[in-house]
Order: sequence, then structure tokens, then C-alpha cells
Amino acid sequence: MNKKSEFLLTFPSFLFLTVFFLIPTLILIGCAFKEKGIYGGFGSGWSLDSIYSLFTSGNGIVLARTILLSAFATLFTLLLAIPVGYGIARSAPFWRRLLLVLIIVPSWSSFLIRVYAWKLLLHPEGLLKRFLEDFFFVPADTILLYNNFAVLLVMVYTYLPFAILPIYTASQKFNWQLFEAATDLGCTRYQAFFKVYLPGISKGISAAILLLFIPFMGAYVIPDLVGGTHAEMLGNKIAQKTLVERNFPDAAALSLLLAIATTLPLLLLSKVEKRGFELKFQGNVE
Amino acid sequence: MKDRSAFPKIIIGITLVFLYLPIILLLISSFNASRFSSVWGGFSLKWYQKLFSDPQIFLALFHSLIVAISATIASTILGTFAAFALHKFRSKLQKVHYGLIFSPLMLPDLLMGVSLLIFFVFINLKLGLFTIFLAHTTFCLSYVTFLVLSRLQHFDFSLLEAALDLGAKPLQVLFKVLLPIIGPGIIAAALLAFTLSIDDFVVTFFVAGPGSQTLPLYIYGMIKYGTTPVINALSALFLVVTFIIVGFTEYLKGDEG
Repeated sequence: MNKKSEFLLTFPSFLFLTVFFLIPTLILIGCAFKEKGIYGGFGSGWSLDSIYSLFTSGNGIVLARTILLSAFATLFTLLLAIPVGYGIARSAPFWRRLLLVLIIVPSWSSFLIRVYAWKLLLHPEGLLKRFLEDFFFVPADTILLYNNFAVLLVMVYTYLPFAILPIYTASQKFNWQLFEAATDLGCTRYQAFFKVYLPGISKGISAAILLLFIPFMGAYVIPDLVGGTHAEMLGNKIAQKTLVERNFPDAAALSLLLAIATTLPLLLLSKVEKRGFELKFQGNVE
Repeated sequence: MKDRSAFPKIIIGITLVFLYLPIILLLISSFNASRFSSVWGGFSLKWYQKLFSDPQIFLALFHSLIVAISATIASTILGTFAAFALHKFRSKLQKVHYGLIFSPLMLPDLLMGVSLLIFFVFINLKLGLFTIFLAHTTFCLSYVTFLVLSRLQHFDFSLLEAALDLGAKPLQVLFKVLLPIIGPGIIAAALLAFTLSIDDFVVTFFVAGPGSQTLPLYIYGMIKYGTTPVINALSALFLVVTFIIVGFTEYLKGDEG
């Protein structure tokens, strides 16, 4: 293997991603500093109007809602996914395979249809509403759809299978003898779960956080279909600016905001986690 | 390594009900003659009849298949080459290459939609099936590369040298040693690319033009603006097809042992 074959193998994907990922991203960044076009798109001059407008027109609430909904949806999904991943990894081989298939199957069907299934259920004429009215005496004018709760619920629902898989994979690689050792040495199973198992699958948990938080931050479909105007997220604002108003500079400025708001928490998290590992390692050496 | 405590089992049970209840109710609603899902108006196939009398849906399905097949082929070829390059070489070029392939996964796909739309408008490329194909190939490429790369990491490259030393011709080595071993990985990557492409809504939503409606765009329009339960029938069909495909692949896997 030599330079020439390296070049030949690298060139196609390198060129493709430079043209269709790197250059569009650079144009997007540049576009945030452009004037608005008179007929949509962007104008020829440079301007900071779009960057300034980030700090004015109610974007703060939308940004806060996007971050909070994404963080809580990630948390709740993990709270379900971890015991499920643990339970599957500890069951007999036959059950393990059956449960895995059962959990993956819904995620293979259309994403839009899974969101729609909940819209139908939460709808004012839907079954859940009637069930709650009949059995729990919820007032008839309760609205289940078009609020933050509906967005959170559907986010957890649609991404749960994607969180269970990395946790299950990490649980399979986890050395269960450590768990047995901890319980033999007097830990309760509860303590062993938190002190031995959870640190042992931290890689799976980190992977799950990435798989959840990034798409949650960029959510468009879920807040659009079950959230309505009361649960608008950054993705909805960006789509509105891009596709309806054709205001590319504003859309680009909001996109930069979304990119920063998505990557910054993940970077911080990875720093904290690394530090945690280092501390633990030092503790072991001592 | 069994754990007999009840708590994980209860959570698994609740999770399965949570995952399946909405889907099962949707399947039942598709046979409901009544317009409202909370009232049972008797068994009926009228929503299915209405669905099949709509020519638009077949056109949307056709568009989706064209895009998914071409994006799968393009991204699988590009991604397999990229995975080989990343696996074999440790140069500065590969570090940049890795960054280019990894970065799209670290950002919400919506941003790819926005940046590609602005890019296509900037270079004056007419929005349509071709721009959708370019966008899908872009986001599938990263997934394909990482899937093939993970297979290559388990592949023993000395097998290739052994085959060459024992007198095999390069083409024979390719078809008799390399492809049989990493072929399943490439096929798995292609299948993933196909499912990602055929199910994509957000990126397509941004880069689609007039007359290039794909199936997810059509479904979205029905959910958002549709007033009849025809969408229930379409959803039910989709779910049943998915269950059959997954069941079939599991059956095949079971035969392999």
C-alpha cells in the first residue's frame, strides 16, 4: 500500500463531503452575516442584523424550551432504557433475542407514522382522552395535544429503542463477575447496580446520550405535529424562516445558534466525564 | 447470569406496552368505519379502498424508491472506499478525512437540510429528485463508513497476504477472500442506508422541489392537512410490511444459527 492507493481510496468521499458538507456549512456560516434579499434568499452586502435579531424576537424562550425539552427527554429516555437494557442482558438467551427484536421492530417502521400514532391517541376525539375522562374523571375540556408534555412524551417514545441498543451492547460487554463479586462481598444488588454496573456501562450511556440529545435538539416533526405553537422549538423557527419567509440570513443565524447549543453541552459533558475517569483512576492507584 | 428480581421485568413489560399500544390502536383504527378513533363504527375497508384509488401515493412511492436505491448505491461505494482508507492509513490526510465523515453525525440533520438548501440555491441547482439524492448520499455516507469500518477492524489482513503468497491472483483474493468476509458488513451498511433514505423526512423537506414528492413528504402532508383516516390505512400497511420484513430477516438469521 502506498501514497497513490491512499489517494485513490480517500479522494471520492473526501471530495463529496467537501462539496456537499463542508462548503455548504461554510456558506451557512457566511450567510448569517449577509443582508436579507429583497425577494427572499440573501442580498449582496454584509450585515449583522440577523445576529442581532437572535437576541430580540422571543428567541430566548424558544432556545430555553429547546434545551430543557431535549435535556428532560434524554433523561427520561435513559431512565427507561437503562433498566430495560439491564433486564434484557440478564435474561435467558431465548428471551434476550425475542425481547431485542420486539424492541427494535417499532423503530424500523416509519418515524412519521410513530409520531402520528400518538397524535391519534392524544387527539381530543382520541381514545386516551376518553379513557382518562371515564376512569380518572379528568375534566372534559383537558387538552392532551399541543403542549410541552405531548412533545416530551413522543420524543421519549420515538427514540427509546435507539437508547436501549447501546446500553444493551455495553451490558453484554460488561464483566458480570464484577457484579457477582460485589454482591458476594456484601453489596446489596441495588448497591451493585449503582456502584458497579452503571460505571461499567458508562460508554453505552454516553453513546445513548449522543444518539438522543442531538436529534432532540434539532427536532422539527414532533413539535410541529404534536406541539403546535405553544411548544415551538428552534427547528420550527429555522424551518419557518427558511421555507416560509425565505429569510436565509435569519435562518442561518438561528442554525448557528442551534449548532452551538447542541455541541456545547456535549463537549462540557465529555470533559466532566473524562475528569471523572481520571479521578477514579487515581483513586485506584492509591 | 440471571437476575431473578422483578423490577427489570416490570419495566420491560411496561416498555413493551408503551411501544406497542399506540401502534396496535392505529392498526385497529384503520378498519374503523367511523371517522373518529374513539367511536367504533363497525368493520370497514373503505379507507384502504380510498388509499388505493389515489394515484399520487404510487408516484410518491416511486420517487422514494428511485432516491433510496441510487443514494444507497452511491453512499455504499463512497463509504466502503472511505472505510478502507481510514483503516489502512494513519496520516494527517486521514485525520481530516475522519473529521469530515464524523462531523455530520454530531449535528442535527435539520442543519444539513438548511445548509444544503442554501447551497443549492446559491449554485442555482434546480431543486428536485437529484438534489434529494445528493442530500441523502451525504448523510448516509457517514453511517455506511462507520459500519464498514467496524467490520474491517475485526478483519485479519494477513489473510490477504497469505492468499497472495499461496499463489492467488489479486482478483481471486478480492472475490474469494476479502468480499466473502467483509461482504455481510457492506450489505448491512447498504440496508441501513436504504432505510435511512426511504424514511427521511426533515432533510428531504428542505431540499425537495415541486413535483419531487417522496413518500414521507406525502405522509406528512396527510398527517398535517388530511381530514380522513386514509392515513390510518397507509400507516397500518407500512407497519405490517415492516413486521413481515423484520420477521423474515430474523427467520433467516435463525437458520444461520
